[in-house]
Amino acid sequence: MAQTLYDKIWERHLVTDRGDGVALIYIDRHLTHEVTTPQAYDGLRAAGRKLRRTDAVIAVPDHNVPTKDRHLENPSKTSAEQLEALEANSKEFGVEYIPMDDIRQGIVHVIGPEQGITQPGVTLVCGDSHTATHGAFGALAFGIGTSEIEHVFATQTLQLKKSKAMKVDVQGALQAGVTAKDLVLHIIGLIGTAGGTGHVIEFSGKAITALSMEGRMTVCNMAIEAGARAGLIAPDEKTYSYLKGRPQSPRADQWDAALKVWDTLYSDPDAQFDTVVTVEAADVPPTITWGTSPEDTVAVTGVVPSVESFDDVNKQKAVVKSLDYMGLVAGTAVTDIPVDRVFIGSCTNSRIEDLRAAASIIKGKKIAGHIIAALVVPGSGLVKKQAEDEGLDQVFLDAGFEWRDPGCSMCLGMNPDIAGVGERVASTSNRNFVGRQGTGARTHLVSPEMAAAAAIAGKFVDVREI
Amino acid sequence: MKKLVKITSIATPFGQANVDTDIIMPSEYLKTTKRTGLGIHAFESVRYDADGNLTGEAVFDQAQYADSEILVAGDNFGCGSSREHAPWAIDDLGYRVIIAPSFADIFNGNCFKNGILTIALPQEQVDQLIEDGENLSPITIDLERQVVERGNKESFSFDYNPVQKNMLMNGLDEIGVTLQNSADIDAFEARQRAEQPWLYRD
Repeated sequence: MAQTLYDKIWERHLVTDRGDGVALIYIDRHLTHEVTTPQAYDGLRAAGRKLRRTDAVIAVPDHNVPTKDRHLENPSKTSAEQLEALEANSKEFGVEYIPMDDIRQGIVHVIGPEQGITQPGVTLVCGDSHTATHGAFGALAFGIGTSEIEHVFATQTLQLKKSKAMKVDVQGALQAGVTAKDLVLHIIGLIGTAGGTGHVIEFSGKAITALSMEGRMTVCNMAIEAGARAGLIAPDEKTYSYLKGRPQSPRADQWDAALKVWDTLYSDPDAQFDTVVTVEAADVPPTITWGTSPEDTVAVTGVVPSVESFDDVNKQKAVVKSLDYMGLVAGTAVTDIPVDRVFIGSCTNSRIEDLRAAASIIKGKKIAGHIIAALVVPGSGLVKKQAEDEGLDQVFLDAGFEWRDPGCSMCLGMNPDIAGVGERVASTSNRNFVGRQGTGARTHLVSPEMAAAAAIAGKFVDVREI
Repeated sequence: MKKLVKITSIATPFGQANVDTDIIMPSEYLKTTKRTGLGIHAFESVRYDADGNLTGEAVFDQAQYADSEILVAGDNFGCGSSREHAPWAIDDLGYRVIIAPSFADIFNGNCFKNGILTIALPQEQVDQLIEDGENLSPITIDLERQVVERGNKESFSFDYNPVQKNMLMNGLDEIGVTLQNSADIDAFEARQRAEQPWLYRD
């Protein structure tokens, strides 16, 4: 019978089928960070259980780490305690721990691929919803809760119900100046934040295969914002060449055997999907969010929508609240919205390609005078190093940006990098929820190019006109 | 997981509908490294005044409910964020059982994973149990017979998933159940290691 890529990975990790709709699925890779793991380790200790496969786990601090002045004491005592607990627990249970001063340290979803931990066809989990990122390599990757982290620690498996399969087929080619971020924001706007609920989404089509690995990661990263458990893209030559020679990739003598397995990882041509969505890449504009849900998207050429433009009564109520929180008036042109802060970073857009793209927009220019702060936060120490080798740090610094150390930073208000009440942020992150970047902070999700252009102009601009 | 077979206690009456997990456990306390000790911040907006002082007026802080192990709650209990800190906090307050007209899905699952029995009963029966709690009349939860006993008053029977019932009654958590399949996991690993040795670092 014809199988989807999801079917194939599921079947190859089936340990046993309980028969009541729940299957025991083997987990190949487990990434851990400081926020969601301490209680899982406590659970192991309380039950006197061991961690089954230490070689399948890696630990790295990212959510709570400061992105500057790291030699100083962490300004938050509770953050410091969580960070210390990650290190102590990792050592006690024998897990490889990447400390804050290691060049490999960074956002867990950046370092997984960078270290070759993420590979086609593996099952990969992490106590973080943006684990969907790793689906860009054809890995079945999803976020889990703390009890499930403990379950994976102890058993290397999870008790799971199989999701439905959705295909998002993106045909044709993206316009110049339109990025993977614009594409995924556009898709979320199209299907809604609950559009993928109960599904694993496979992204396919010419516009997807044309994306770099970095672009594919950006798309899969935000599958969760469409409500999906995971995003998937079938591996190809680009995937293989990205992975070749990375620390945990198959060694040279194993490479051909691995390729043989990886080459089978695609949806059969007549495989059945529960839901299929088709998108014309040429229709995707540079896209920005105006509200407090990732589905609140609009083209950069558009205007802030009115309450009446929505049919659903509940959505109308939500729009009233969103516009009020965002301090926006319906009918305002997107390009008339001023910006107070700029954030280039997060597991969505902090890779070398993102930094190159942003730097290309600002080279030789200065950020607008009223910008309170413009931050560039590379996704990992290795990304930072590469950018510095290419001279990108100087481009950002010359323009007035701050060049920071790797971490989750302004993507969520768990570390010192936050925005103030009412401040408007052009952000390359993934969630524009109320209070996400600080109490009362107003987030507009955009691509790195759009964020860079907004920093220079002091307001949103259409990057295609630069 | 703690075994749960039969529990007798005065029930704490807290019948408010749509109590979300932000009320049960405010987000500012998620930076903890423990799943214990969360009870002091549980239901903070209900128990503390604007200056952060414990008022002592909420049911959770009244002496007659200090040893209560049964919480009788309102409809759609535990809606909102998926944070597992919510059941941890309830456990820390000493509750083993929550009875309500309905529970939010994720919260319900998180309760089970933490050994808390959630019982859904019709609103009119829940109302009677709230009265029992207010009258300080103890009730008994008998999981084996799936019944709530109320002294010499009418008992209420309840539905419960048989697999989960077995796990709670025997103190088996999900990990314990999965470990019964250890041989299958061993076999899977042996096969995968032979076929894809690059997935193993040791």
